[in-house]
Amino acid sequence: MRVTQGAFSFLPDLTDDQIAAQVNYCIANGWAVSLEFTDDPHPRNTYWEMWGHPMFDSNDPAAVIYELNECRKAYGHLYIRLSAFDSTHGWESVKLSFIVNRPKEEPGFMLERQESRGRTMRYQTRTYATGKPEGERYQT
Amino acid sequence: MNEQAKTVRGAERYKAGVMKYAEMGYWEPDYEPKDTDIISCFRITPQDGVDPIEAAAAVAGESSTATWTVVWTDRLTASEKYRAKAYRVDPVPNAEGQYFAYIAYDLDLFEPGSISNLTASIIGNVFGFKPLKALRLEDMRFPVAYLKTFQGPATGVVVERERLDKFGRPLLGATVKPKLGLSGRNYGRVVYEALKGGLDFTKDDENINSQPFMHWRDRFLYCMEAVNKAQAATGEIKGTYLNVTAGTMEDMYERAEFAKELGSVIVMIDLVIGYTAIQSMAKWSRANDMILHLHRAGHSTYTRQKNHGVSFRVITKWMRMAGVDHIHAGTVVGKLEGDPATIRGFYDTCLDEHTPMNLGNGIFFDQPWASLNKLMPVASGGIHAGQMHQLLHHLGDDVVLQFGGGTIGHPAGIAAGATANRVALEAMILARNEGRDYLNEGTDILQAAARNCLPLQQALEIWKDVTFDYSSTDTPDFVPTATAAA
Repeated sequence: MRVTQGAFSFLPDLTDDQIAAQVNYCIANGWAVSLEFTDDPHPRNTYWEMWGHPMFDSNDPAAVIYELNECRKAYGHLYIRLSAFDSTHGWESVKLSFIVNRPKEEPGFMLERQESRGRTMRYQTRTYATGKPEGERYQT
Repeated sequence: MNEQAKTVRGAERYKAGVMKYAEMGYWEPDYEPKDTDIISCFRITPQDGVDPIEAAAAVAGESSTATWTVVWTDRLTASEKYRAKAYRVDPVPNAEGQYFAYIAYDLDLFEPGSISNLTASIIGNVFGFKPLKALRLEDMRFPVAYLKTFQGPATGVVVERERLDKFGRPLLGATVKPKLGLSGRNYGRVVYEALKGGLDFTKDDENINSQPFMHWRDRFLYCMEAVNKAQAATGEIKGTYLNVTAGTMEDMYERAEFAKELGSVIVMIDLVIGYTAIQSMAKWSRANDMILHLHRAGHSTYTRQKNHGVSFRVITKWMRMAGVDHIHAGTVVGKLEGDPATIRGFYDTCLDEHTPMNLGNGIFFDQPWASLNKLMPVASGGIHAGQMHQLLHHLGDDVVLQFGGGTIGHPAGIAAGATANRVALEAMILARNEGRDYLNEGTDILQAAARNCLPLQQALEIWKDVTFDYSSTDTPDFVPTATAAA
């Protein structure tokens, strides 16, 4: 399967040039770009691990691409996303977020059902990869 | 014309009998509205022979303290404070016999936090008043002090996006079709296919409640099976607007509670349930972490004709105060009424921190929003993937684009229809952010994206000639003046 979180998951994976163009757009809007990675892409896993702080003071897309490639060297077998943060009053949250790296194989999620009172069903989504201990997920 | 009648004062003012409204204190051309006043702009069409000033004063009177004759009991109150004051009457450009009347109301005339109380005054008796041929409430300005007595959107655009983990693009939805007649099991199939194919939301239509062919519990159960399955298939948060509209508040609460128990992120109500019921559901939604979708069923009966009724921009303001999270606000390019400038005015009213006066968009007043949450506009009705560049241009990023027929009517199936829409949207956002002239190059951008996506190719082919090019009824009265630069 393909995890379709983020703004561009239905397009072919973006090239570094395409990523740089998006970073350029974010910087032009005054948003701080950051990189985060995870081995658990559960849709409710809000807090991916931060690859350093958001780059509040960087206005160079090349610096972001450099950091992305550093991050890939360490965690290229995991999911990496790029987010842009807008601190303007009334927003103060993420403005754009998209996946810039994903594992070769994406095992996806298991939907577990627990039959409950009446016909009510309790659903639980489980990331297959998290069946393994941290550090051993997505290793081939 | 802002001269003529003068307010009669003292004992003369309270002699028993009938007196012109303009002489009773409801026309005060020198009045400067206070920051704490609520202001209304009405379009009035007086009967032949009725002076527009007197008509404006009558509207002020009948929407505040007046009755048809002088009453001595006015003298038991601070009546001058409680009288609404018409303070300005302008002829409507290019519309003979119509006038814009500006009326200021003291804040103490209104109960805090109640749209019902507000509307009982402002659109209460006055719309049937005989000396007027027609009356339309064009716009209102609300003081910050009054806005602060309202909850505002239960969730708001920012928290909705955070909760759904979707940033940087419009959200995508579809209304399940046919809107009536599907069984719960078949209905859930449509939901599953559309969400798995790439939509963020599916939606009940306004008139799907609990009918013989599908009772509400059945629909909720099958829909949530579909939502959870699609969520696991994609790793993305998905939702379906479960319409909890019912005959009584007790029934609505019961349905909303069940939606919550099943883990739905969103419920839906119809405008026809009434302002108090809407505020109650907004309060329930805030208390239960639920996004609240409002379908504006019924609004065109009073928003569409320019000479009589209530402008949708006013309904939008009331709904942002009442506390819904989503409101259908027009598509510009789709099958339903919608002039681009007027629709921009509605969208700004939903999303701004501060909406500046903009007569070209039909906005008559500066409106600060006092940190009330933003309200997500929804575009629905006769739109398809081939219009993606125009939709993005007119409607921006913060909108739910709802392709009903444009998803379910896809020749290769519902999931393919959903994928076509999602690919078209992502390709357009990517191009826009890259700095391309996406409005003019829109067709090329879509064709290029379609080379990697057969469903988009098919969608572009089948709907290539579909446009709804009719002139709008509800349009602004002011044309922006061309400047030297333009």
